[in-house]
Formats: sequence, C-alpha cells, structure tokens
Amino acid sequence: MRRVIAVVAGIASFGTAVLADTVAPTEVKFVDGAVEMPLTNQAGNPEEGAILMNKGSGNCIACHQVTALSHLPFHGEIGPTLDGVADRWSEADLRGIVADAKVMFEGSMMPSFYRTEGFIRIGDGYTGNALEGEVEPLLTAQQVEDIVAFLLTLKEE
Amino acid sequence: MSYNKKLTIGLACASALGFGVAAWAGPDEDNLVINGEIEIVTEAAAPEHMEYVDTIYSGWRFRSDETQAVQADDFDNPSMIFVETAMEVWDTVEGTEGKSCSSCHNDVESLRGVRAVYPKWNEKAGEVRTLEHQINDCRENQMGAEKWKYTGGDMVNMVSLISMVSRGMPMNVAIDGPAQSTWEQGKELYYTRFGQLELSCANCHEDNYGNMIRADHLSQGQINGFPTYRLKNTKLNSVHARFKGCVRDTRAHTFKPGGPEFTALELYVASRGNGLSVEGPSVRN
Ligand code: HEC
Ligand code: HEC
Repeated sequence: MRRVIAVVAGIASFGTAVLADTVAPTEVKFVDGAVEMPLTNQAGNPEEGAILMNKGSGNCIACHQVTALSHLPFHGEIGPTLDGVADRWSEADLRGIVADAKVMFEGSMMPSFYRTEGFIRIGDGYTGNALEGEVEPLLTAQQVEDIVAFLLTLKEE
Repeated sequence: MSYNKKLTIGLACASALGFGVAAWAGPDEDNLVINGEIEIVTEAAAPEHMEYVDTIYSGWRFRSDETQAVQADDFDNPSMIFVETAMEVWDTVEGTEGKSCSSCHNDVESLRGVRAVYPKWNEKAGEVRTLEHQINDCRENQMGAEKWKYTGGDMVNMVSLISMVSRGMPMNVAIDGPAQSTWEQGKELYYTRFGQLELSCANCHEDNYGNMIRADHLSQGQINGFPTYRLKNTKLNSVHARFKGCVRDTRAHTFKPGGPEFTALELYVASRGNGLSVEGPSVRN
C-alpha cells in the first residue's frame, strides 16, 4: 500500500497553499529495480535536471560523461557514459536507478539519491560531524523527476 | 566486503567508450629520483595480503608532470622550510626534564628506518602506535613537555623530518603477531561504505584508481609519501588529516585523528604500500 504524504509546495501564504502528492523515500515501490509511478504529480523539468547533473547533491558528472553537457568541465569516469541512456532504459528504469541505483545494480558505487535509511555513520552534510535529526534524501522527489526528464532527452537512435 | 571484480571490469570497459578522454589514464611511466641521487620505488608487486591488486603505485605516479617535478628536487619542495623548522626543534630543550630530542637520539639520522616500520606494535603499551603517538610519548614521558596536537604544525613538521631521513627505504610495516587484530580492524574499515554516499576507501582507491572522479585523478591512496605538502592548501598534511578529509567527503561522521580507528586504518593502508619507498615529505596537488 502506498502512503501518500502531502507536502506544501511554494510559499504557503494562508489559503493559497499548493498541495502536491509526494512519495516518501521509504514508500518508493521498486519492481526489478524500476519505479513505475512518478514520485510527484508535477512533471519533471529537463532544464532543472540538467543543472542538477552538474551541481549540488546530484553532481552526476562527477562519475559520468554526458556529451550533451560537454560545455561543463571535468566529467568523471567512474560510471558508464550516459549518452543514449534513454535508448537503453525505460522511464521507470531510469527513475529506479536515480532513486536508488543499488536496487538495479547490486553493490553499485552509485549513491542512493532517494533513500533515507541504512547508512553507516551518516554525517551532517560535508561537515564531518554526526547528523542530528532527520535524514534528508540527497535529492528531493521533484529533483529526481527533473533528472529523469533530462535523462529521457539523452537519445542517440 | 562489497568488492565485485566483474563490476569493475564492466566499468573499465564502459569508460573506455567515453568521449574524447583517454580510456584508462592509469599511473604514468615516470621515475622519481630525488636530488638526482635518492631513488624512489614508485611501483612494486603488491604484498601477499592484497587480494584484488597486483601492482602498487605511489600517488606520485598519478600527479601531473609539473607537480611531480616539484618533489624531485629539495630546493623546489616547499616542505623543506618546515623540515628546517623541525630541525631546530629537534635540538631545542623543552619540558621539566631539560631535554631535547637530540639529548636522547643525537643526530636525527639515527632514526633512519623508523618511518618505514610505523605504525608499530608497542609492547609496553600493549597497542599499535603511530609515529605521532611515539613522538608525543617522548614529549610527555621523556621530556616532561606538553603533547603536540595530533595533526598540528609542530607534529607534522617533526614527522616530515623523521620521514625524510628514511627516504628511499621500503615501507615495511609488520601486520602479524600482536599487530594482527589491529590490522584486521583497519582492513574492515577500509572496505566499509561510510556516510550518505556509501563509499569505502576501496570504492575509490582500489576499484577506481586511474579513473577521474570529477576533476580528481584517483590514485591508490597510498601513504608512503606522507606527510604531503599539498599545493591546494599550501601546507603539510598528515595521514590522519587526509583520512578525515576522505571520510568527510562521503558525507560521513568522521573518526578522530589519533584515535583507535584511524590508527588501525593507518596500519592497514601502510601495509598496502609495503615495498614502496618512503618518500615523505612529498608534494601533491
Ligand atoms: C559515485 C559515482 C556515481 C555517481 C555520483 C552517479 N553515478 Fe550513475 N552510475 C555509477 C555506476 C558505477 C554505474 C554503473 C552501474 C553499476 O554499478 O553496475 C552507474 C549507472 C548509471 C545509469 C545506468 C547507465 C547505463 O547505461 O547502464 C544511469 C542512468 C545513471 N547512473 C545515472 C546517474 C545520475 C542521473 C546521477 C546523479 C543524480 C548519477 N548517476 C550519479 C556511478 C555513479
Ligand atoms: C569519493 C572518493 C574517495 C573516497 C571514498 C576516499 N578517497 Fe582518498 N582520495 C580521494 C581523492 C580524489 C584523492 C586525491 C587524489 C588521489 O591521490 O587519489 C584522495 C587521496 C587520498 C590519499 C593521498 C594519496 C597521496 O598520494 O597523497 C590517501 C592516503 C587517501 N586518499 C586515503 C583514503 C582512505 C584511507 C579512504 C577511506 C577512509 C579514502 N581515501 C576514501 C577520493 C576518495
């Protein structure tokens, strides 16, 4: 059963709050590594996704090469190139991989971007101190959707 | 242990398909001879105990020609200013006993060989100790002086001086006998995937050395070159400070420099470099 939590998106000035349904990290349903249902009811924005590939908690190009982002310096060589990734994987597969790649690829070095449990000595960001309080996933549900939308543009065929 | 050989081979192939980047920019082929006379072994057969690596390389082999050159001549190596400071401290009397390091050890050259065998089992203390622990033990118990901060400037300068007199000698830490359980603990830490990014030392320095992670060319994370002068922070960096930085970068709660976890990890990592020359104080980016 899927528990849907309501989050308040945008500035919640009285009476005008926009409600969006978001799947919590602990409620994501994987089937063979893939996640069929979008994590939010707002379609992913590929332009936002492209930004997240470079900066912040995504930083996908630390490990992956992406020709479409070749204007950005220093693409890593840890994972496979993401060129043509939309030819190789379905939207549901890509959502699963971005949310928690270790479900699709056992033991993968790729971080689990939408998971909040099971870490050893989790820190408070990059401070080196212990985390006190709730674990925030590396990416928000909407950021996962944005990145998936960007990945879906990476077609070669 | 999360190691998966098949996976690594798969990844190596995958990155060979990448655009415009050399397939596997592993260690380069350069040789290191410091001051035209001290030959440094930067490549050696892996010690018996290493299961997944055949050849070990000094981090020097992964640096650019420019960075490499700075270490090849002591006139260019910025560490030497700090070594000179340590040389003065070596002869400086401090503490209640009216002694300096040289009161007991004479010339620093008498400590040639010491760097190569640390961390080392200390019979009296009944534990494995790093060179830093030993230096602080001398300060407290022989000199009656204050302990130095584990990763502080005084300490890293002195460790550099003591490393320097062993340059060119092979790293040779003992991992058997009473040190074995500490070594096992270090090995466990090496393969544990810490932090929110769930990365172990092995993920970066065993499975991916030679590969780029963003702008960084990953080495094997060897410590035969420590302390290292880093062009990035323009100071000497100690082993535990480096460990702390690497663990922090996995979004983990790090361990304390000088504490039992990093001491065990240092013994284990040092043992992965057995056979490489002591080359500290080295230069890295
Ligand atoms: C620390 C390294 C690392 C980071 C950071 C990383 N990945 Fe990965 N990724 C990998 C590895 C390694 C694989 C190969 C799968 C495996 O482990 O077998 C992979 C596989 C993939 C695949 C499947 C590619 C294929 O062709 O099979 C996709 C898609 C992907 N990653 C997307 C992303 C996105 C999007 C991000 C950022 C939000 C990201 N990765 C961040 C390491 C990483
Ligand atoms: C996310 C990747 C990553 C992880 C995980 C990681 N390191 Fe590193 N480490 C680096 C990078 C990048 C450098 C700088 C380039 C190099 O020398 O590899 C580095 C450098 C080092 C160096 C300096 C080597 C030299 O020649 O100066 C040591 C030692 C080291 N790491 C040890 C460790 C240990 C021990 C662990 C585990 C506790 C660890 N690292 C975990 C990325 C990592």
